[in-house]
Amino acid sequence: MSQHTLSVLVENKPGVLVRIAGLFSRRGFNIDSLAVGPTEHEEISRMTIVVNCDEHPLEQVTKQLNKLINVLKIVELDAAQAVQRELILVKVRADADTRSKVLETVELFRAHVVDVALDAVTVEATGSHDKLEALVRVLEPFGIKELVQSGAIAVGRGGRSITDRTLRPLERSA
Amino acid sequence: MTEQTSPVPPKAHAASGPADQPPGRTHPGPSPLDIPARPGPQKAAPPRPAPPANSDAPAQPAAAEPAAGRAQNGRPAGTSQPAASHPAAAQPAAAQPAAGQAAGTAASGPAIKARVTGAQALVMAMEQIGVEVVFGIPGGAVLPAYDPLLDSDKIRHILVRHEQGAGHAATGYAQATGRVGVCMATSGPGATNLVTPLADAYMDSVPVVAITGQVSTNLIGTDGFQEADISGITLPITKHNFLVTKPEDIARTVAEAFHLAGTGRPGPVLVDIAKDAMQAMTDFTWPVQYDLPGYHPVTRPHSRQVREAARMITDAKKPVLYVGGGVIKAGAAAELKELAELTHAPVVTTLMARGAFPDSHPQHLGMPGMHGTVAAVGALQRADLIVALGARFDDRVTGKLDTFAPDALIVHADIDPAEISKNRRADVPIVGDCKEVIAELITAVQAERAHGREPDHAEWWVQLNQWRSKYPLGYTDPDDGSLAPEYVIERIGKLVGPDAVYLAGVGQHQMWAAQFIDYENPRTWINSGGAGTMGFAVPAALGAKVGMPDTPVWAIDGDGCFQMTNQELATCVIEGIPVKIAIINNGSLGMVRQWQTLFYNERYSNTNLGDKKAEVAGTRVPDFVKLAEAYGCIGLRCEKKDDVDAIIEQAMAINDQPVVIDFVVHKDAMVWPMVAAGTSNDDIKFARGMAPDWEAMDE
Repeated sequence: MSQHTLSVLVENKPGVLVRIAGLFSRRGFNIDSLAVGPTEHEEISRMTIVVNCDEHPLEQVTKQLNKLINVLKIVELDAAQAVQRELILVKVRADADTRSKVLETVELFRAHVVDVALDAVTVEATGSHDKLEALVRVLEPFGIKELVQSGAIAVGRGGRSITDRTLRPLERSA
Repeated sequence: MTEQTSPVPPKAHAASGPADQPPGRTHPGPSPLDIPARPGPQKAAPPRPAPPANSDAPAQPAAAEPAAGRAQNGRPAGTSQPAASHPAAAQPAAAQPAAGQAAGTAASGPAIKARVTGAQALVMAMEQIGVEVVFGIPGGAVLPAYDPLLDSDKIRHILVRHEQGAGHAATGYAQATGRVGVCMATSGPGATNLVTPLADAYMDSVPVVAITGQVSTNLIGTDGFQEADISGITLPITKHNFLVTKPEDIARTVAEAFHLAGTGRPGPVLVDIAKDAMQAMTDFTWPVQYDLPGYHPVTRPHSRQVREAARMITDAKKPVLYVGGGVIKAGAAAELKELAELTHAPVVTTLMARGAFPDSHPQHLGMPGMHGTVAAVGALQRADLIVALGARFDDRVTGKLDTFAPDALIVHADIDPAEISKNRRADVPIVGDCKEVIAELITAVQAERAHGREPDHAEWWVQLNQWRSKYPLGYTDPDDGSLAPEYVIERIGKLVGPDAVYLAGVGQHQMWAAQFIDYENPRTWINSGGAGTMGFAVPAALGAKVGMPDTPVWAIDGDGCFQMTNQELATCVIEGIPVKIAIINNGSLGMVRQWQTLFYNERYSNTNLGDKKAEVAGTRVPDFVKLAEAYGCIGLRCEKKDDVDAIIEQAMAINDQPVVIDFVVHKDAMVWPMVAAGTSNDDIKFARGMAPDWEAMDE
């Protein structure tokens, strides 16, 4: 089993997310994380799906996804040639005694404090999954009151764009 | 970075009409476009009132050209090149009629512009696409659509008795003709009654379009009266579905639905239309532009893969052509015969492919799988090469997967890339339409021949012929003088002949009908394969007969199946659809009973459909003869072997009314051969406790 990151370009239409989520659940594929949002093209949304599976099931996932009428394109992003980020917001217990230590940790991870209260601070951090896990581990002793984490988003390195080419299928085939 | 993008069509092709292409059957039949005669009461077809169309017909060539593209294909639905489509490709419709236009525009006739209601747009779009018949039942939310339907002189609506009947009738129609079947229902329960036939059509890749009414947009999501999220419910059992809430989207969506249903790997598509969208006014224009940027089915195979496959076929010592329903869908029976005769390889046809290759052909080993012949199952198990054509390695064919065909290399050709290597890894994957794939395989094999490379299968045929002669299909007559169900079905096949269309429900009678009727032509055997939907036969036969009005249509049904959908006899009688229904009445859920006999210590839990105290065989509750007569059909009963032929002939002579024959048969007959579920094909039994002697054969 290994982790794979799929960038899935889909038509920006109602119900597309449920089609994809439904396909994963009924075919018995597990999603580690899923993030969806608009792209530079109004009519296209982009999903980043992280799955943990072997090569063969991955091939099935990709083929089944490709069969969905609203799916335009699927690209597997190789970890070495892509930038992948997650976002977390952590509410950490921090009173007058511990606040400076918490802030020191936040600094070390190049994270930010986005909210301060008498008994807590809220920390925002972005980065790879591993980095965020490490941050959480270090913050844990102070007491984590609440944690919220986004799915991963990723983009390939270099100057090429996967959306450009999706918008030109007719030109290429002509 | 690995790209796994959906392939782009090699060329922007003429969109060919899924709905109005000639069917791919090879035996004589009526013109595919004939509207079936209606002996029954007919609705008056008044001229369309105040024409909603102010047809400001522009010059006609727009429509003429795609028609040519269609004719040259001469293929049934599911094989045409996809229309090039693109969200941004807003070519003026008239300028480039060939690319990206709605399927139906191929029909002759000028472009249309009209100010109409959404409901009229729906009916006009279906007329343009070439829909000749719709099976359905009206109701509150779909009422607006039924109003203009009353005025259509092109579309015949057949009022069924249950929406499930409408769905299966559309499937039967599609399977018999190769055209897209259409069913229609109202919101809520009307739509949910279509769920089973849609699931059924999805499993068997049948091109069906379901139109459902939905509550008005302001009520969607409020648990309104007769509201059900049918697009949500049918997500996993349709090729695609749509919820339409704007009148201006109706015509385009309907065109897209027919295009999706009939091209690529065919399948059911549901269009759910809000009531207010059907009531509102809109500008209807035809042809329309598809907006399906993510849909590019690949029909043309990769030539290097084909050459590799041809080389393997030539090298193989023990090849088998494993033929599935895709060959029938692609209209590739003629090509298959040519390839088989060229390679001299044995052929097995799956339950969905019966008729794709003539049963009388000496290279045909019969059906593989759970109830396949010993020769077909044995051939796959011992093969060194399996060439799968439009088949999907279903568990009922492979048995225990990791023991299936252990020594075989696999060439797998399918139009759906996701089928390839899904269950069994393919050594040579070929994505493409079977008609094109097989045609190219023929050329490639001929090229091998030209280089002096000849296949040698002589030894293989010695073994195959031994299996065939030692383990033919067979059955024994019951000791008590009652009727053997296999005999009844065998006689129907013999007397009615290979030019009829046969259907079946699901269970023992289905397997016997697959085994003991000889099929010579594609689209003459229609059944529920993947889903195994009991109750399929009667409504599907109704639909098949509507599509093939001049062909005898025989449904072989079980007494259990029949009671699930027999109310459609009313539809048959009133609409004048003279089908024949042969009920194989063993008074029990026979296949389940067989499993109870074999695997549950003969504990017959809830499989007896008859009166437990009655002494007669079969069930008399209901009395099928009286039931048939109550519906206005001819009811016949047969209980003795000596009467079978006469009663079949009596039924054959009746062509103006539906006929129901109650064949009362012995309840303990079992389907053999059998590979028990979850076991290896090597453990096939040709009768209870009787395994073939493979070793002796291997000498």
